[in-house]
Amino acid sequence: MTVATENSYLTGAKGRNTRGLLRLVILCTIAAAAVSSRLFSVIRFESIIHEFDPWFNFRATKYLVANGFYDFWDWFDDRTWHPLGRVTGGTLYPGLMVTSGAIYHALKALTLPVDIRNICVLLAPGFSGLTAFATYLFTNEMSSTPSAGLLAAIFMGIAPGYISRSVAGSYDNEAIAIFLLVFTFYLWIKAIKLGSAFWGALCALFYGYMVSAWGGYVFITNLIPLHVFVLVCMGRFSSRVYVSYCTWYALGTLASMQIPFVGFLPIRSSEHMSALGVFGLLQLIGFVEFVRAGVPSKQFQTLLRGFVVLVFSVALGGLVLLTVSGVIAPWTGRFYSLWDTGYAKIHIPIIASVSEHQPTAWPAFFFDLNLLIWLFPAGVYLCFLKLTDEQVFVVVYSILASYFSGVMVRLMLTLTPIVCVTAAMVLSTILETYLSMKSPKSDAESVATEAAASKKNVPTKGGLRSMRNPLVGIYTVVSKSTVVGAMTLYLLVFVLHCTWVTSNAYSSPSVVLASKLPDGSQHIIDDYREAYQWLRQNTKEDAKIMSWWDYGYQIGGMADRPTLVDNNTWNNTHIATVGKAMSSSEEVSYPIMRQHEVDYVLVVFGGLLGYSGDDINKFLWMVRIAEGIWPDEVKERDFFTPRGEYKIDHEATDTMKNSLMYKMSYYNYNGLFPPGQAQDRVRGAKLPDVGPVLNSIEEAYTSENWIIRIYKVKDLDNVGREHGAAASFERGNKKKKAAKKRGPKVLRVE
Amino acid sequence: MAAKRNARDVTPSPPINKSGTSTPTTPAPVVKSATSKSKDANLSAQEVAVAMWDNYVKATPQRTKLIDVFMAFLVVVGVLQFVYCVIVGNYPFNAFLSGFSATVGQFVLTASLRIQTNAENKAEFESISPERAFADYVFGSLILHFFCVNFIN
Repeated sequence: MTVATENSYLTGAKGRNTRGLLRLVILCTIAAAAVSSRLFSVIRFESIIHEFDPWFNFRATKYLVANGFYDFWDWFDDRTWHPLGRVTGGTLYPGLMVTSGAIYHALKALTLPVDIRNICVLLAPGFSGLTAFATYLFTNEMSSTPSAGLLAAIFMGIAPGYISRSVAGSYDNEAIAIFLLVFTFYLWIKAIKLGSAFWGALCALFYGYMVSAWGGYVFITNLIPLHVFVLVCMGRFSSRVYVSYCTWYALGTLASMQIPFVGFLPIRSSEHMSALGVFGLLQLIGFVEFVRAGVPSKQFQTLLRGFVVLVFSVALGGLVLLTVSGVIAPWTGRFYSLWDTGYAKIHIPIIASVSEHQPTAWPAFFFDLNLLIWLFPAGVYLCFLKLTDEQVFVVVYSILASYFSGVMVRLMLTLTPIVCVTAAMVLSTILETYLSMKSPKSDAESVATEAAASKKNVPTKGGLRSMRNPLVGIYTVVSKSTVVGAMTLYLLVFVLHCTWVTSNAYSSPSVVLASKLPDGSQHIIDDYREAYQWLRQNTKEDAKIMSWWDYGYQIGGMADRPTLVDNNTWNNTHIATVGKAMSSSEEVSYPIMRQHEVDYVLVVFGGLLGYSGDDINKFLWMVRIAEGIWPDEVKERDFFTPRGEYKIDHEATDTMKNSLMYKMSYYNYNGLFPPGQAQDRVRGAKLPDVGPVLNSIEEAYTSENWIIRIYKVKDLDNVGREHGAAASFERGNKKKKAAKKRGPKVLRVE
Repeated sequence: MAAKRNARDVTPSPPINKSGTSTPTTPAPVVKSATSKSKDANLSAQEVAVAMWDNYVKATPQRTKLIDVFMAFLVVVGVLQFVYCVIVGNYPFNAFLSGFSATVGQFVLTASLRIQTNAENKAEFESISPERAFADYVFGSLILHFFCVNFIN
């Protein structure tokens, strides 16, 4: 940030070397800052994988490292989605795993054997350093001042909007995807500026890498064609645009089709049609431009324009027709819900149930981007002032990304790079204007700081001559240093804010829950790993675990046991089956569990500790998802009291009290408290005196703080009774006097 | 941009060869544009086409003509593949796609080479010499063929 001052008087050939060295040192420092600000969780806790999704990536990476690339490519995983299995090689983006596998083998070849877990944990911080560098390159293409790139790099390095998805231990696709996103855009800008097929081909290669890494590549496939389309509409078509776009599309589409998960989607699905349409449009325009250059007639030109419009609309009409008739697949639900924001909640509850898929609130923007968010519009405005091809790209990107980040919290991630770039452009303009200390002579005709807002006139000399030719601008050292000082202050506050947010909000592993004791010391609640470890050591190798899908990856990763459903929600019906088993009474659930060969059922219960993300709070989503498939058997209305409240205390409805989830959560819970005092700390409710009774399953394990409870599914009764009858017989509930009355019997068939 | 376009309009005679480029490849649009031209210039479509063709043969350098022949060949191959696909069906779809997109991609790359090596476009591509353009072309073609061979299985 203070580089600009030093650069200003380091001129000449020697100065260029010094500046190069300074830039190198600054970039290295930025990379170091980016890496070290992501290490809070590793230093505070330990080097483990954090959330839910990364556990699958970690498991897949371990498989890759253990079995080699070809086995990984056709890996059929029979330990998830129990009866079905998952064709993992064809249903994941392999870029992340292959990257860390390559790093693993490279380090091994350098005789530095590092555990694969440590590579996975530290991959995201490492790549964030590269992201900062890519942002530097990208911004340098946009702005003429060299300081803008450095500012953008440090912004990108420490902005919490990006840190939130890339702290150490967050081994998710976004870890490398943001680097690839920014770098692909850099290559694209380079290609379109030079009109070079080489840079276009490089852009296509990195685009292919991006496709292999993250599903968000669709953003690139729509942004680059949109950029080109806007350029064409502005009448800026040139042969540079043709060369760069056509090279990128021809190679990039082929590259993206190499990924099995993507397959023929670039030909078939609607998300990719804009790229194809713009490709066709460019061919037409290229041809028409040649003809037009050959035959210079005004009327002819207009006729040709009409021809272009006609062909374009015919192509669009054909596209619509193909989509309606079903040849081209319509938008997928996840993508469609970005446009129709109410769509997911009504039709696909599983998309709406994820907390990341909610609209963003205003404070989130400030929280994640502090001062960048109010510099962002100014930067877009600056781009409008100097509208070259690449500035158009910034404008298009900003508009698109700010819309998407407003619709979905998760897409804040794609907004962050462009916010950093534009904010850096503004800040560098301001600093450049106010940091040049030389004030021109009164008769100097060219003023370096003409662009600066002229707030007051400072006549340097009195008299008539200066009145004739007044010098407009701010030249006093005081006002300049005030502005620069204020900006520096903002930047310092930004660093403080970023560090604070990273340290407090984004650096907590969800596997380990940390709490503070009254004396300030840290108390760690480690129930998850305790229970998963129990499963790993005390159950059969192939014992099937049924839990809600949130915990599927963690069970697969930590407990190493087969699960029924997991976080890759590809089969909604199967999830609804689990939801039905959880939300029905035991008599209904037991046959379902038998059919799916379930051995253990795992629930998360936070009532004792006040851990709010437990299964009772997620219960309504289970009900809703199950209701979507079996509307006759599971009804959401039945889980509410007559007044429409969701209660778990003595006012709870019978359906609620009889549901398997309720029983499993509160089984034996009364015994922890004095009679009549049982309290649920999350719901803040007093529980009924008589706890639920379980017949067909039995408690197998409950963790220390009762967060995880594991139940074993009982075998069939030896004498063929219902479990309810058998259990009540065991409890001695048989009537003292045997009733002589004959019950209604049915005819024995055999 | 605007300045460049004007400059092009002032000297219309050499670029005519460009329109001729597509005469062997996609004849239909040329005829169409020629008919539209005949409205104000009272020339029949055939005359315009013949004049364009003559001009193309005269004004285009030999090397560019070679490129054009290659592009025409690619178009023929692509059309043949497509017709075959329409007649027989697209069962090994990846094979059809890789073959077809190989021709499309090669066509596009060759068109890029043609644009970049064209002497009139010097201003547009000041940083790219013809040799560099050819090296880029080779690089792009190699990648394209690698992907196509990989995709055809």
